[in-house]
Amino acid sequence: MDFDLDSILFYLFAAQILFSALMTITRRNVVHSGVWLVNALVGVAGLYLLQGAEFIAGVQVIVYIGGIVVLYLFVIMLVPVSEEAKQRRFSSQVWAAVLLVGLLTAELMYFLSKGLAGFELAERRAPADIGSLTMNYGEMGNSERVGQVLFSEYLLPFELASILLLVAIIGAVVMAKARTESDSPTG
Amino acid sequence: MFPVSTPHYLVLSLALLVIGTVGVLTRRNIIVILMSIELILNAVNINLVAFSNYLQNVNGQVFTIFVITDAAAEAAVGLGILIALFKNKETVHADEVDTLRW
Repeated sequence: MDFDLDSILFYLFAAQILFSALMTITRRNVVHSGVWLVNALVGVAGLYLLQGAEFIAGVQVIVYIGGIVVLYLFVIMLVPVSEEAKQRRFSSQVWAAVLLVGLLTAELMYFLSKGLAGFELAERRAPADIGSLTMNYGEMGNSERVGQVLFSEYLLPFELASILLLVAIIGAVVMAKARTESDSPTG
Repeated sequence: MFPVSTPHYLVLSLALLVIGTVGVLTRRNIIVILMSIELILNAVNINLVAFSNYLQNVNGQVFTIFVITDAAAEAAVGLGILIALFKNKETVHADEVDTLRW
């Protein structure tokens, strides 16, 4: 049985992601959930690095962990956490939800196992470099390649994404701003 | 411990999706529900990057950037709604917001 570094790292990151995700959805204290979410996102960034997607890994760390999770922690500050932690964690529909999700899992596993044969999902690499999961783009690095595709083929979606972010910023500010006397009753 | 291939990533992604879905469906706290949505979006991203690596095609990674953009927008709007909800109803529990339930 040979242990190559890629496999070991994959299983380490996978264990980290799944354990942290489970902790995220089961912790009583919301702040603990947030910290475990950071741990899961770091694991996902590690998986990206393992697959040679350095740029996405950087974006994951900077935008997700540095931006989105910090936003979550800011909002957690605004609601009373200590009182929150004493209350029931799960809603009354736990068993129905777990049953339905189990069904979904069975379905997806079925299609995944079919897909192995039907879509030839096994690695189609030369036997010599199985196990090396690094992406090879010839002369170009990963970030260069991503940037080139993003700003040529996907230029219009890129600009639309900026409009989406603008709309989201305005929407968030409008919804979260303090209600003043001058607001009309209809909103 | 055989060499890690694309199906490994797909199964991991499926597991993360399932954990996120359980979180969305069962937790009462809306903040944790939003965190579970982030887990689901990360499962999608793992899938996209795995296929990008499998096909040796960078388009999947570009799409991942758009998914992360959407996650940021969703978090901003969702948390804005949450703050407005907390101001109005003094609760962050999903099952206490039932005005629309008949």
